[in-house]
Amino acid sequence: MTQLLSKDSWQYREINRRAPSLPTLSNALIALADAGHPVMAGTADLQYSNGLSGFAQRYPERFVQFGISEQNMVSAAAGMATTGVIPYVATFASFLALLCCEQIRMDVAYCKQPVRLIGHHTGISLGFYGTSHHATEDIAIMRSIANLAVVSTADGPALDAALRATVDYPLPIYFRIHRGHDPVVYEDGVAFELGKAIVHGIGKDITIIAAGYPVHGAKRAMEELNAAGHSVGLIDMHSIKPLDEDAIIEASARSKIILTVEEHNILGGLGGAVAEVLAEKGRGARLVRHGIRDEYSLIAPPTHLYRHYRLDGDGIRAVALENIA
Amino acid sequence: MSMRQNPGGHLSVARSHELLSGEQLAFLQERARFIRLETLRLISIAKVGHYTSVFSCAEIFAALYYDVMRLRKGEPAFADRDRFLMGKGHAAVGLFPILADLGFFDPAWLESYTRLGSPLGDHPDMTKVPGVDFSSGSIGHALSNGVGMLLGARFQQRDFNAFVLLGDGEMQEGQVWEAALSAASHNLSNLIAIVDRNGYQLDGKVDDVIAIEPLDEKWRAFGWEVHTVDGHDLEALTTLLRAAKADRARTKPCCIIARTVKGKGIDYMETEPGWHLGYLGAEDEAKARETILNTVISQ
Repeated sequence: MTQLLSKDSWQYREINRRAPSLPTLSNALIALADAGHPVMAGTADLQYSNGLSGFAQRYPERFVQFGISEQNMVSAAAGMATTGVIPYVATFASFLALLCCEQIRMDVAYCKQPVRLIGHHTGISLGFYGTSHHATEDIAIMRSIANLAVVSTADGPALDAALRATVDYPLPIYFRIHRGHDPVVYEDGVAFELGKAIVHGIGKDITIIAAGYPVHGAKRAMEELNAAGHSVGLIDMHSIKPLDEDAIIEASARSKIILTVEEHNILGGLGGAVAEVLAEKGRGARLVRHGIRDEYSLIAPPTHLYRHYRLDGDGIRAVALENIA
Repeated sequence: MSMRQNPGGHLSVARSHELLSGEQLAFLQERARFIRLETLRLISIAKVGHYTSVFSCAEIFAALYYDVMRLRKGEPAFADRDRFLMGKGHAAVGLFPILADLGFFDPAWLESYTRLGSPLGDHPDMTKVPGVDFSSGSIGHALSNGVGMLLGARFQQRDFNAFVLLGDGEMQEGQVWEAALSAASHNLSNLIAIVDRNGYQLDGKVDDVIAIEPLDEKWRAFGWEVHTVDGHDLEALTTLLRAAKADRARTKPCCIIARTVKGKGIDYMETEPGWHLGYLGAEDEAKARETILNTVISQ
């Protein structure tokens, strides 16, 4: 039967055209497979949400559909890795980090298997789908697991660079990524080095240290505040573990304030990691942690949530100004 | 080139004339006795351990490692070896002497069992013990690990089997059934799960703790081929395992429910739930050793 629908209508499998950076993961894995790397990918009934449907079409023999069984997927990925392949398994960050925490610790990290855990739709990006789908604890959990690196990229180009640069990394990595709608920070691409932050500048008044989606807003806030005569810097701390301690220590010597910005609980996440460094090795800067303040986030469309929690450019600028004053 | 350690890996259960030879049976019975004796010896070092969990699966260990599995002595990392995974990792004390006996590590390591810095603890650790194909300890992961190994092997067009030994208490873990569904859905016919159905877990009888029967119907409903066997009858058990491995026409994964006795071989341990974990003083250990030496377990 012919269905006459307006051009404004859409269905889920057309999501790619609505989320510009969604194919990044799939395209990077296809490129790695094309180049001869033994990569495989798996998901738990979310191949359209994370864009792995593209990889599945291109390389069906390398793709495993696990269905809604995330724990089985993580343990199986560890088994796959023992045979010499590099498995990339992806699901919502909330499920991956919380539901599969023990499988990640025992089968992946303790056993030193080079599994790539892709936690997507992280932070509050799932908006009105609610607390069950929000991930504001995943950094705290993942960075406390030995042998496991934690990476939070700012946009599609950064994710692409990170996936390619780490393909041969011998230990597991948790990639905390967004939902494909993230605005582009690095239009001309960016180099990625695990454990090495991208320093956009050190400000005398404030240096913002951000990771993931809020980097875009933080960069805009920095530019606007500098245009208004303040001295503001920004560090994109994409590697939350291993952490670029030198960049933090240098900023603490040259800035009055370090402002951490994350779509995560301020306990245990990026702010917590920076606080640990400053407490032991800091050179004077005062720390302000900005993020979700140990509460369950509200429901709303994502853009409304970022505005509410002051994690967009306007919000980050306002938080910075309050602390400069 | 045959990579089997022992001859005769292609028997069918339907062809009873291809049962084990008397010599093969005697060899496996002797190996099962060796496993029980070594378990006594190692637990005497730790001064606490899971005797009964090993005694229920000593024949399963013997059949797999000394007959059924494709292995190469002294080559624990041989790429196309059959894999063995233990959901019931607390029976590792019975596995370590086998791995040492196969030349995977120096048998002198056994003397360090559970002592500070030893690679050998209560649970098997792949990062420390050559020949351990995957670590375990948290019950319920192993079948998933095996599923993953075979998915990786399939993509690389490598042909090995994965044998996964599961406890019957482990049937209460949800992840087991996630793995069971996925194995059947992905047609992993070279996956063979063996349930050590000894009937007991830490808190008592399995079916008093959380009932799991009818177990064969459950596995069948999850898409597996299911066989039930006396897990102490080495002739029947080995023949069945050989046939399950050799059956290339099967498209489903295979589950073998091995009916066993927890603590098999030491009468006061048998079906006594308190002996899930325990220790035998020197005098009792000597008597247990004597009992094991003078017993031929045939069913």
